[in-house]
Amino acid sequence: MAKVLMKGNEAIALAAIKGGVDAFYGYPITPQNEVPEYLSKHLLANGKVFLQAESEVSAINMVYGAAGAGKRVMTSSSSPGIALKQEGISYITAAELPCLIVSVMRGGPGLGSIQPSQGDYYQATRGGGNGDYHLIVFAPESIQETIDTIKESFDIADYYRNPVMVLVDGLIGQMMESVDFDRPKKERFVPEKDWATNGTKNHPGRRNIANSLYLDPAELEQHNIKLHQKYEVIKKNETKFELIDFDNPEYVIVAYGTMARICRSAIEMLKNEGIEVGMIRPITLFPYPEKAFEQIPENVKGILTCELSMGQMLDDVLIANNGKHKVGFFGRAGGMLPDPEEIVGAIKNFNERVVK
Amino acid sequence: MWEVKYEKSQGLTDSKLSYCPGCAHGIIHKLVAESLVELGILDRSIAIASVGCSVFSYQFFNCDAQQAPHGRACALATGVKRVLPDNIVFTYQGDGDLASIGIAETIHAANRGENITVIFINNAIYGMTGGQMAPTSLIGQKTTTSQDGRTQKNHGNPIKISEMFATIEGVAYLERVAAYDPKHVLNAKKAIKKAFQYQMENRGFTMVEVVSTCPVNWGMKPVDAMKWSKEAMEPVYPLGVFKDKGRE
Repeated sequence: MAKVLMKGNEAIALAAIKGGVDAFYGYPITPQNEVPEYLSKHLLANGKVFLQAESEVSAINMVYGAAGAGKRVMTSSSSPGIALKQEGISYITAAELPCLIVSVMRGGPGLGSIQPSQGDYYQATRGGGNGDYHLIVFAPESIQETIDTIKESFDIADYYRNPVMVLVDGLIGQMMESVDFDRPKKERFVPEKDWATNGTKNHPGRRNIANSLYLDPAELEQHNIKLHQKYEVIKKNETKFELIDFDNPEYVIVAYGTMARICRSAIEMLKNEGIEVGMIRPITLFPYPEKAFEQIPENVKGILTCELSMGQMLDDVLIANNGKHKVGFFGRAGGMLPDPEEIVGAIKNFNERVVK
Repeated sequence: MWEVKYEKSQGLTDSKLSYCPGCAHGIIHKLVAESLVELGILDRSIAIASVGCSVFSYQFFNCDAQQAPHGRACALATGVKRVLPDNIVFTYQGDGDLASIGIAETIHAANRGENITVIFINNAIYGMTGGQMAPTSLIGQKTTTSQDGRTQKNHGNPIKISEMFATIEGVAYLERVAAYDPKHVLNAKKAIKKAFQYQMENRGFTMVEVVSTCPVNWGMKPVDAMKWSKEAMEPVYPLGVFKDKGRE
């Protein structure tokens, strides 16, 4: 397959098929509707499972069931829909079941808007579900990177027995780009799912149970420790980021997803004016690429966090920076997208942007 | 000579049941387990445990199992059955789980005609959390959250699940049974077995509602609880076959 021009949401759907998805359960919400629309046609036509559930709550619990049965399963949604899915996400994570959750962010809080936003950084990385758990969260900046991530996501989820969330915004979902579906995927070891609840005839002598209930606190603490240790391994193995123009930067921008794309243009404009600006682009939001911050030169004048929110990733930047450099913030929210000029202005007037 | 006349069903594990003395959960577990064994489907069955007193049923049924969030058992069952259509999938849910928080999941699974079996235990109270009012609690029934008795004005009437589900096209078999005497226990067994039989024949959604007991939270002795389920509950929840597509 040569390069094709494709809409983000449809590319997400096709990438999931290429990644081997067996079942999709979801509920309509803008701006991700083309994902289920595309999958409804192509999964059913290929003998796979597509089901539009009665609610997001139900959809994520169908994902639980099918993931527990050992299949490659996904859902997709957008901000208020992901909020409804948080209950199920906590249970799936607790029961250590693999799945793919695509989150196409829109403006919030509440019903908000249907325009692109990054207001769900906390929702993705801190979660709204109960308990100590993490998703593995990827935040690609282009449709191509989204495709490559989704193709690999089932392998990652299966390996760690943990949900993977691919977090994009409505812009990536709705825009069209030229993409290649045949780029090679990282070869990963994918263990056999000998834990699947598919009937004892498939594993005589052992009952498989998908469960998150541990009434004995000592036992639950052991489970918490086991999950924590898994997240530590994930931090070590899966942390991903890109450093851009990091030769001798005067300032460093930290931005992900669509905001990173806008910042790329701003960095070019600043360079033409003789101001060297580098960028840390986190590709995984959990694990957060704290290590990238160690590569920031001692003499930079400051770090500007840029987000399509009122400042959420900012928390992780402050943690990673650990008081070393001045940290500033630039954000647009509610579905408003900045021009690169606004970021150029924010760098030029960095001192007005400093939060800490 | 010794001869085995009766033994615990192979469909149950050796785990000690967590149910209170006099509660009908134990009886109904036995009926489900026996049905799975007699139909030869135990090793391809997946039980979906719910939240409530039967939360631990995944420890008791001797087959694979998943433990669902409160009310979501039919969603999990749908997820499993759609990817494993040749397996037998059943939920085991109480009235709080099915008729209150999980009513949407249950109605829509029924409406899609999901080929699953639902064992619905109606004892008109929240047992696990300590005796709060259920959607199926009777008018006048005193619970920890209706201390002067349930009123129609404040809480509405007890919800009649079988009557409601009988109107749903996707339901293949639906019967309300009781467990207060041997005759009714035997009939409950027949109903449960038939529901699984229909699932094996891919007929669609099957549900057996069991009018059950909760002596501890009703504040009754076990025998009195059985009596109450017959004399107070049965008039509100009449027994019988509400739908049987096999007979149509």
